[in-house]
Amino acid sequence: MTRLSLTLLLALLVALPLSLLAGRVWIDPLHPAVPHAATILAELRLPRAVLAVAIGAGLGGAGAAMQGYLRNPLADPGLFGIAPAAALGAVLSFAFGFSGGFALPAFALLGAGGAMALLGLVAGRGAAAPGGGVALFTLAGMMLASLAGALMSLAISLAPTPFALTEIVTWLMGSVADRSWREVWLCLPPTLAGLGVLALAGRSLDALTLGETAARSLGVDPARLQWLMIAGVGLTVGAGVAVAGIIGFVGLMVPHLVRPLTDRRPASLLLPSALAGALLVLVADCLCRVLPLSSGELRLGIALSLVGAPFFLHLLLRMRQGLA
Amino acid sequence: MLSADRLSLRHRLSGITAALRPGEVTAICGPNGAGKSSLLACLAGLIEPDAGAVMLGGAPLSALPPGERARAIGYLPQTPEIAWDLGVEVLVSLGRIPWRGAPAGEEQAAIEEALAAMDLAELRHRPVSRLSGGERARALMARVLATRPRWLLADEPLANLDLSHAAALLARLREQAALGRGVVLVLHDLAAAMNHADRVLVLDRGAVVADGAPGEALTEAVIGEVWGVKATWLGEGGGYALATPSSRA
Repeated sequence: MTRLSLTLLLALLVALPLSLLAGRVWIDPLHPAVPHAATILAELRLPRAVLAVAIGAGLGGAGAAMQGYLRNPLADPGLFGIAPAAALGAVLSFAFGFSGGFALPAFALLGAGGAMALLGLVAGRGAAAPGGGVALFTLAGMMLASLAGALMSLAISLAPTPFALTEIVTWLMGSVADRSWREVWLCLPPTLAGLGVLALAGRSLDALTLGETAARSLGVDPARLQWLMIAGVGLTVGAGVAVAGIIGFVGLMVPHLVRPLTDRRPASLLLPSALAGALLVLVADCLCRVLPLSSGELRLGIALSLVGAPFFLHLLLRMRQGLA
Repeated sequence: MLSADRLSLRHRLSGITAALRPGEVTAICGPNGAGKSSLLACLAGLIEPDAGAVMLGGAPLSALPPGERARAIGYLPQTPEIAWDLGVEVLVSLGRIPWRGAPAGEEQAAIEEALAAMDLAELRHRPVSRLSGGERARALMARVLATRPRWLLADEPLANLDLSHAAALLARLREQAALGRGVVLVLHDLAAAMNHADRVLVLDRGAVVADGAPGEALTEAVIGEVWGVKATWLGEGGGYALATPSSRA
């Protein structure tokens, strides 16, 4: 583990317990004056914090892997269409009125799985053809993303009741509020498995830095790499969307922040991006909890985009000045 | 021995047979579209021929697992990319990817050897975005050398290099051949092929039209026939220059 990863891990280990204290009611760990403090901590805040960490780690790791795979700093885990497909699954569960219990995440996971299967049908086809591999595969993913987006809009426009419509729109904004251990156990194992799969792709992603032909000359099997990307991005992003809705910007922004602190190889970016993603989502969710809003709390997905977009623009402008 | 046995590729190569020897610098020359890059990619195992086979040490190359092939044959593409602004040493270390699980000491030794061979030791921490064209070409070649391949295949490694950088790179490739590696280069510069190669393959429309020592393969008659240019060799032994008629006459 590099010094950067260790630092981020330490920061995360400090931030996680601290985050439990913040919220609508502040809990003093030494003199808990709030009734049911233990229950609030164990049943509300801890699962929520663990979920934020899992989702952030998944998005950060998947973002780093996607940018490495596409050799493009503008790539984002949503590009393969897995996140929109998972969201489509969730929207359908609302539209059909099955949003209670396990049905919502199950529908979303089915959506993610369906997208992974469709991408799997494309994977390997022309993977070895010069220039055909990554571009063809990514185009297929983007088509899938727009198809899922269109179907989602259709489902929204056909929402049976205004109540279902409100539920869909609110859910799509992305949040980890009011999540329980059940969501944690749904999200954590696939996220960890996905991050493990992406780690297996690390060396191939490094080789891809030199272009597809040079990567193949270094022994990279493009079809195997596509499968690893489908499984890794599918598991991390699918699991995240299934329990928290769409949370943008993390997968795009975090690898950018972390890259200058590494040797810039995609493989050396994976672990620090996952840790930084976890830290970012944890802190952002904490801020959402403590911000005083009359109509409840700010949605995490909105907050990250509100902070992320200007920050990202600033970063881009600074990078441009650096290049000039 | 790396050899092509009646290699054919639709629209690009037709029945190419050639045996390349280790310890030699072989140049593949020919006009645009003659099939030079396709032949090199077939020899590197990156394109599967429609007919015929590439043999490495007597066994078909296609039967080798990708990792083993990558350890035996280093390949530098015609338009090399570097997607991220890596430091030179990190770039060179990518050449070790086929040697997954090798001891760390050996990894570092191979990287140092490659950096030294391309005279990059002092530039090791410099980001590739701050290298000159010549330094970048050397860094990319060092990446191939770091694999310690038995065969070194490079597609137009002299493109975009000025006279002195081209001469320096050729001298370094000659050193690699002296170490027993087979060096195979696609070259557009016929004088470079004439002066620096041990052997020249001349390709035209996907077929070998001349194969031998530079003086035998790159004769004025062959150049006239293949390139359609009436050129004259000037100079002697290792210092040839190719004079072509002026269009102003």
